[in-house]
Amino acid sequence: MRRMKRVLRTPLGISASVLLGVVLVLAVFAPVLWGDKASAIDTSAILQGPSSAHWLGTNNLGQDVFYRVLVATRLSVELALVATAIGVAAGLVLGAAPLVLGARLGRLVTAAVNIAVAFPALLLALFFAVIFGVGARGALLAIGFATAPTFARLTRTLVAGVAGLDYIAAARVAGVSRIRLLTRHVLPNIGETLVVNATIAAGSALLSFAGLSFLGLGVQAPAYDWGQLLSDGLDGIYIHPAAALAPGVAVVVAGLAFNLFGEALALGLGVPELAGGSVARAARAGRRAPAGAPLAAAAEENSNPLLGTDRADSVLVVRDLRVSFPGGVHPVRGVSFTVGRGEAVGVVGESGSGKSLTALAVARLLEDPAQVSAGRLALLGQDLTRDPGKRVRRQFLGTSLGMVFQDPMTSFNPVKRVGVQLAEVIREHKGVSRRDAAARAVERLHAVRIPAPHRRYRQFPHELSGGMRQRAMIGMAVMGSPALVIADEPTTALDVTVQRQVLRLLKSIQAADDVALLFISHDITVVGQVCDRVLVMYAGRIVENLPAADLRTHARHPYTRALLAAVPSMHTDRELPLAIVPGRPADPANLPAGCAFASRCPLADAKCASADPVLQADDAGREVACWHADRVPLAAVADTEVPVVISHE
Amino acid sequence: MSELRLENITVRFGSRRTGLTAVDAVDLTVPSGHVVGLVGESGSGKSTLARAAVGLTPLTGGQVLLNGQPVTQSRTARRGRRPLQMVFQDPYSSLDPRMTAGDSIAEAIPRGTLRGAAKRAETARLIELVGLPGGAIDAYPARLSGGQRQRVALARALAGQPDVIIADEITSALDVSTQGAVLNVVRGLQRQLRLSMLFISHNLAVVRYVADIVAVMYHGRIVECGQADEVLANPRHSYTRKLLSAIPEPGTTLDATTDLADLPDEDLDQE
Repeated sequence: MRRMKRVLRTPLGISASVLLGVVLVLAVFAPVLWGDKASAIDTSAILQGPSSAHWLGTNNLGQDVFYRVLVATRLSVELALVATAIGVAAGLVLGAAPLVLGARLGRLVTAAVNIAVAFPALLLALFFAVIFGVGARGALLAIGFATAPTFARLTRTLVAGVAGLDYIAAARVAGVSRIRLLTRHVLPNIGETLVVNATIAAGSALLSFAGLSFLGLGVQAPAYDWGQLLSDGLDGIYIHPAAALAPGVAVVVAGLAFNLFGEALALGLGVPELAGGSVARAARAGRRAPAGAPLAAAAEENSNPLLGTDRADSVLVVRDLRVSFPGGVHPVRGVSFTVGRGEAVGVVGESGSGKSLTALAVARLLEDPAQVSAGRLALLGQDLTRDPGKRVRRQFLGTSLGMVFQDPMTSFNPVKRVGVQLAEVIREHKGVSRRDAAARAVERLHAVRIPAPHRRYRQFPHELSGGMRQRAMIGMAVMGSPALVIADEPTTALDVTVQRQVLRLLKSIQAADDVALLFISHDITVVGQVCDRVLVMYAGRIVENLPAADLRTHARHPYTRALLAAVPSMHTDRELPLAIVPGRPADPANLPAGCAFASRCPLADAKCASADPVLQADDAGREVACWHADRVPLAAVADTEVPVVISHE
Repeated sequence: MSELRLENITVRFGSRRTGLTAVDAVDLTVPSGHVVGLVGESGSGKSTLARAAVGLTPLTGGQVLLNGQPVTQSRTARRGRRPLQMVFQDPYSSLDPRMTAGDSIAEAIPRGTLRGAAKRAETARLIELVGLPGGAIDAYPARLSGGQRQRVALARALAGQPDVIIADEITSALDVSTQGAVLNVVRGLQRQLRLSMLFISHNLAVVRYVADIVAVMYHGRIVECGQADEVLANPRHSYTRKLLSAIPEPGTTLDATTDLADLPDEDLDQE
């Protein structure tokens, strides 16, 4: 509701509400106030033009056109609203019927509706008008039923969308009756869209009525609505244009009022992501906030010398990387690391820890409203924060960096052949000829162990299995012989058997081509298997940085140890409860003053609550950000039974 | 709690000629008070079997028996109670966003058994049973984390006073950290209430943790079934062996030089 209020304060909201308010007030009060004046016949003043006595002139009975236009508001609006109500009601019944009636009968109803939708609404209205007879009532039913099929179709689509969701299935399994299913679960979840569309439909109904009355099929004299007034006035349009224009303007204004209000409702009630109260807010806030540049410059000097030292063979250097969203949300807060040539670095953490945003920021894939700043962000020594021009940077990134995403189905374009999509990478960035690019694509498909690469080259993404698609994705990532491949949860959507193949493939490519790998995953076991070094992220910071081989023996941060213990393995003791990380992940919009993990940490004390620990390296170069890193009995960690809090949250 | 027997269950989609047999003559028994773990890769028919068992997908053949009687004719079903309840994979779509956790749970309580204060008390008891704070009863799903939602879904399943619960990949949409919490609740409930449960997952380590009996599904068929220790220690079917060897083992590293001989396997299945 707060969003609704905010929308009503925008220019669109204000003008829509004012317009609709005026129309509705007129509809209620105009007949009461001016009804007599509008119907007063004055034979001495027939068909006059505008004058001070009759602002818009008079008609052929000497009645005042201005008052008649105002008074006609009620009938016009009333008819439009009733017709819409008929249409919406009939549409709801027809659209929801398949859910209540079951599959077989439902299919019949749906088929009937689909046929009705095929006819234009105006044609249907004329057809019904003939059936129901000339006059206001006939027109009402005609327009009402003409609106029904579109509404039924809309309802059907919305119902089908909701009915496929698990909570409907859950309610069915729980034995909830079909009627209750409809009223309790389905209708409330589609109501917003229906209300919005009903408002817009009211605007069109108003227009349709004017049309029918204009044709003489609608309201009959002595009653009058705008359409009829328009038809009267049109006879003398060359002599008294005002008499024809005024009802026309009234129709336009009222129609606009309904449609604009519908738009405003859509903004206020609609799906947040689409209608985007938040996005609009974000954009506004973004304009106010200064660009990330000043922050970037300041951070370069005081960065911790231990972090991400710039080695000569570094592929990627990230220093003090920050990502923020308008509204004080800081999902990535000063991340620094280095990836050496041919090195596999894993980033692990819960959802919301900022690991994926870090990857996207490095690949320069974050757009407004996200603000990215970094003390240094260099790939192969090239500073990515400076802007050498869009083309140059795109070309550089396109060839030096490969990206593999979680879902191989959505990361390929479904209507283009796999091979063409691979070839496109180097055709676009390196200007390679079509023939050479195709040869390279086939060679890459072969390199990622796709059998019969020539045939696969010509296939579409849906013709490949999930695992093969992900391998093709990896093939695409290494098309341009990149120095770094970023893989963001590349195996989360895959089965364990396929996961192992994909992981092995990544490893072998890393080894064969000396490609560095930035591997992002929530599964610390997988990261430990694939990577040389592991970065553990929590609440937008790196809290631990250590060689993967040391994970079991030298992990010192309580969060890392909790993650390690939380994964059940084939040796987990079935008699004991699983170790869990108690509490909820930190909220990036509302971070505590001290250590972000303190509220979930068994070792937390007063110091943790007040001061935020920074990464400190030990003698072997392992880094950890914890005040109590030394309080961990290292010998015990080596055991399979990691001593972490066991709690039921 | 009671024994669930799936007898000769077949589910086909599409027409006779071009259709797909998702579940092919599956026999599976969930003994009273036991947890049966069902593993298999995506597309093997595990979820279809679960949906068919609770009546969300029509059976092409076979029957679902509860204590020897067809589920639809069982005594309890006639009184309006649904003896089979299901917990779904995605906690984000399995709760109505416009109903509080309490309302969602209360809705599943069999009609006519409890009303008013007694219904609310039962809801509160269930909320506590699955380890949620009391305040969760009035919370909308948007305010709950994935793990908390999944526990609400568990409470909702329990509210139906089921004889058997079917849990379909209930932890695969969760982070490892919350997965543990949900598994602990499942394990605790099972020991406390002697639940009969069909626990479906693609993760063998998870299944091993909660299940007494393990069944392996492959291409719509059960290829191996037996005591968990037995199946995991001495797998007989080649797919079970492949599955076991694919589990990432903590503290090991993948050897990139290992020949990738097993890669074409999957592809041959595709051709």
